[in-house]
Amino acid sequence: MAALTHDQALFRYLLRLGDTAHVLCHRLGEWCGHGPVMEEDIALTNVALDLIGQARLFYQYAGEVEGEGRSEDDLAFLRPERDMNNLLLVEQPNGDYAQTMARQFLFDSYNLLLMQAFERSGDTRIAEIAAKAVKEVAYHRRHSAGWVIRMGDGTGESHRRIADGMAALFGFTAEFFEMDEVDRMMAEAGVGPDLGALREPWERDVRAVLDEATLDWPDQGWSVVGGRLEGRHSEHLGYMLAEMQFMQRTYPGLNW
Amino acid sequence: MPTETLPTLDDVWAMLAEVPDPEIPNLSLIDLGVIRGVELADEGGAVVKMSPTYTGCPATDMMKLLIRERLAAGGCRAVTVDIVLSPAWSTDEITERGREKLREAGIAPPVGRSTDKRHLLGETPDVACPHCGAADTRMLSPFGSTACKALFQCNACLEPFDYFKCH
Repeated sequence: MAALTHDQALFRYLLRLGDTAHVLCHRLGEWCGHGPVMEEDIALTNVALDLIGQARLFYQYAGEVEGEGRSEDDLAFLRPERDMNNLLLVEQPNGDYAQTMARQFLFDSYNLLLMQAFERSGDTRIAEIAAKAVKEVAYHRRHSAGWVIRMGDGTGESHRRIADGMAALFGFTAEFFEMDEVDRMMAEAGVGPDLGALREPWERDVRAVLDEATLDWPDQGWSVVGGRLEGRHSEHLGYMLAEMQFMQRTYPGLNW
Repeated sequence: MPTETLPTLDDVWAMLAEVPDPEIPNLSLIDLGVIRGVELADEGGAVVKMSPTYTGCPATDMMKLLIRERLAAGGCRAVTVDIVLSPAWSTDEITERGREKLREAGIAPPVGRSTDKRHLLGETPDVACPHCGAADTRMLSPFGSTACKALFQCNACLEPFDYFKCH
């Protein structure tokens, strides 16, 4: 394979960021009208709204970098499963509210570190996107961490549920810190951080919250990778995309 | 060809002061602080630079439309609205008049400066009730009716109210 140019690597890097935000946004949107209480129903759709905003900015930029005239909608709605490069964690089904909050906290804590690093990005556009997103993500993390603590340190039932949610999902977090040629090129060019170096501060943050929640470290001794870097997904993503992309594929160019 | 006077820069700013925020209509886009600059272009055109309040704010497209409509009605021939991401908009840019307008609408304006991370990450801010002015209030939910607000309740008059989050 020929070596990637900077723009080719940047394009893929941006798609990965956009895909993760987009897929998680869709999952959270599935809670709309089904939240356990009104405030949480609103909270999850508010978080989803921030994520779709971030996804749009990454997709728009990706389309410009690619230079082939693809719009944010083309990138969001016309790429098949194997071309999607979201983190496996965010495509996992919602489960109960505890599992949704476990997924959200594990991701928010990581995403906050990522956005803080992007604030110092040598790529001006990414730094601009992060300057706004970092505040939104900090707010998300505060909310999800609060629920992990409340459920873990709550009743026997709530403790069991959040512990189960963490145990079911923790194996998908190894992917946060994996790097391939694209990530290494972006790190060397000062666009993004060394992802491996985020593991230590992430584990510290997660451990502090789990301790307060009286939860054990949820590592079950397994991990799965390959979504973000290679487009190998769990079976859940295909069903989600079928629903998400149905309208654009059936009625190409459809507008609201 | 009939002579007509093209809008001046001051005219354009005055027109923008009449464009309402789609979600809080008693506030103008000027009050909200999202207008980052205006330039006149050739032959009666105008270029407006605007920043979104939130990354995913669904009102952004509506604001662009309202700006184009108002300026076109005021005689601008070609109106471009450019989105400016940097420097990121913060609640510090809501004007004094905007803060007063928020209170009039029953919405508590942001407390403190956005650069003070305590307001974002730490303890719940002390928010005065926009209805009775009492300082004794509590947060009901960190997320409210729109992405930019949280839900509070006054412990004195018991009225619930929206709080414009400090971001």
